[in-house]
Amino acid sequence: MTALIFLIFACIAVFCGISLVVQTHPIASALSLIGVMGSLAILYLQLGGEFIAMAQIIVYAGAIMVLFVFVIMLLNAGAETPTFQASTFVKYLGIVLLVAFLGLISFIIQAALPKTEGVVFGGFQGTAADVGRKLFTSYLLPFEVTSVLILIALVGAIVLARKEI
Amino acid sequence: MVKLITKEGLIPSHVNKLFYLMAPFVAVALGLISIAVIPFGPEITIGPVTTWMQLTDLRIGILFVIAVSSVGVYGVALGGWASNNKYSLLGGLRSSAQMISYELPLALAVAAPLLLANTLSFRDMVNYQSGYWLGFIPRWNLIPEIIAFIVFMIAGFAETNRVPFDLPEAENELVAGFHTEYSSMNFAAFFMAEYSNMVTVTAVATLLFLGGWQPPFPAPYSDVVPILVFALAGLIAVYHGLHPARRMDKFTLPATGLVFLGIAAIFGLSLFVPVLKTILMALFWFCGKILILLFVFIWVRATLPRFRYDQLMRFAWIFLFPLAMLNLLATSLIVALTTK
Amino acid sequence: MPNAVPLSWYLILSAILFGLGVAGFIFRRNIITVFMSIELMLNAVNLTFVTFSYQFKQVDGHIYSFFVMVVAAAEAAVGLAIILTVFKNRSTLMIDDVNSMKY
Repeated sequence: MTALIFLIFACIAVFCGISLVVQTHPIASALSLIGVMGSLAILYLQLGGEFIAMAQIIVYAGAIMVLFVFVIMLLNAGAETPTFQASTFVKYLGIVLLVAFLGLISFIIQAALPKTEGVVFGGFQGTAADVGRKLFTSYLLPFEVTSVLILIALVGAIVLARKEI
Repeated sequence: MVKLITKEGLIPSHVNKLFYLMAPFVAVALGLISIAVIPFGPEITIGPVTTWMQLTDLRIGILFVIAVSSVGVYGVALGGWASNNKYSLLGGLRSSAQMISYELPLALAVAAPLLLANTLSFRDMVNYQSGYWLGFIPRWNLIPEIIAFIVFMIAGFAETNRVPFDLPEAENELVAGFHTEYSSMNFAAFFMAEYSNMVTVTAVATLLFLGGWQPPFPAPYSDVVPILVFALAGLIAVYHGLHPARRMDKFTLPATGLVFLGIAAIFGLSLFVPVLKTILMALFWFCGKILILLFVFIWVRATLPRFRYDQLMRFAWIFLFPLAMLNLLATSLIVALTTK
Repeated sequence: MPNAVPLSWYLILSAILFGLGVAGFIFRRNIITVFMSIELMLNAVNLTFVTFSYQFKQVDGHIYSFFVMVVAAAEAAVGLAIILTVFKNRSTLMIDDVNSMKY
């Protein structure tokens, strides 16, 4: 069951990732990216990260991607026109090389990783309470620095979006 | 609804077909999915089976509802964009900006009762609110968190695009907003999404602030209330049926009255059957609270005019957000001082 | 079919997604799509963090990926503001056309 769910959502993630890269229209790319994020959230749930799965959907899909979609709509960005025309042979060669490259990476990871027990759903649960406790004890300084970072980004975005520039 | 299904679905020639057809169903699916984690009643035992009156309980149920509502904007935004029409596009843009802005006060208002109850699960939330202060005041979060409740309801109005925050579909400026180009079932789907969002928001408000299925009066009194309510409704209907104003009333009103009296009888009967009593009482109070809040939604719609767009944004960022923030600060201060 | 998923599958998925992100970053011409490819790479890295968090049975990985999300949010806000400014000044989104320092 765990393996089946993993395979289904991994396939969705990879399919949406490919669609992100090959779609010509920015809105289609953005929706594919949302698909990737949603399936990754399911995989996080499987790995026992329930808080991080929900944060993924709230922050990424619910805030960042809404901003992207908003900007794409605002600029009314049209479909991208290809700047160069690759020959058919080059295209097929590229696909073959890409698959070979990914296979090589998979092989290296598979070989380099020591044999460990597999992931079973429910094998580990990082609850929201655990994450919160760790965040406000061991990681308090990075957390505070992050808030400063967000403040800087806020000011930067407002300055950039002023009318005078 | 049924009438709209039977109509011909028009697809305008200038739209982006895939997204145009996808948008209403994204909206409906995201509107309905939250119901899965909402509990309707306490644990019940029917024969050998013990179950909760809920589809599934997540330890992070409240986060899940917030997540789904934050993604819900895509239905409207996509619908507006795919229609390829400037009014629809403006509606979609307004809706995404509005939803991002009101998401913040909503989440902050939800956080305050979470701090009090120290849980993210709806069940524990409702259990925390059981019991009474001084024997008759219900221990609902509404009383310590009245500000959070008001902020939550206002932000909930904005999240569901209801009047006075229905800028995305403002008829007199944008024709019909994001669903200008939609017809037939697709159009109905947007409205189903809107109404299911309303039910979700009111159900969450009930669970977080109004004690879920916990009755507002201590047990022996609260058991009589549904019987009285339904019997009264039935008697009124029968009385008006006996003095009809129109010819049809002679048959319809007594029939309705008999149905109500029957429901009252079932409630009366349930006092002697513990299982039935638990189920019916929980359902009665939960649905009753939701219906009262839904009545408020319709009531506000009939009462208030629409905001102007800049007023809407200023209200969210200058008033609602700091208010929710201060309330959260005060709550966390109290929680920090009262717990060891 | 085995019930347990080997840990390496998650890492391979992460590598594939990262590779797709790099490909999109290099080959696409629309600045918004390039930006989204970066987000895809960040997501792939997050998956690795959460996977190792499972392996070591500690929540530190979750916290790292939470920080990555926060940084991504800040980056998206500033980046999209820059894109808006560029579009206002050059009225194009193609990165090949934005090639002069001063206009």
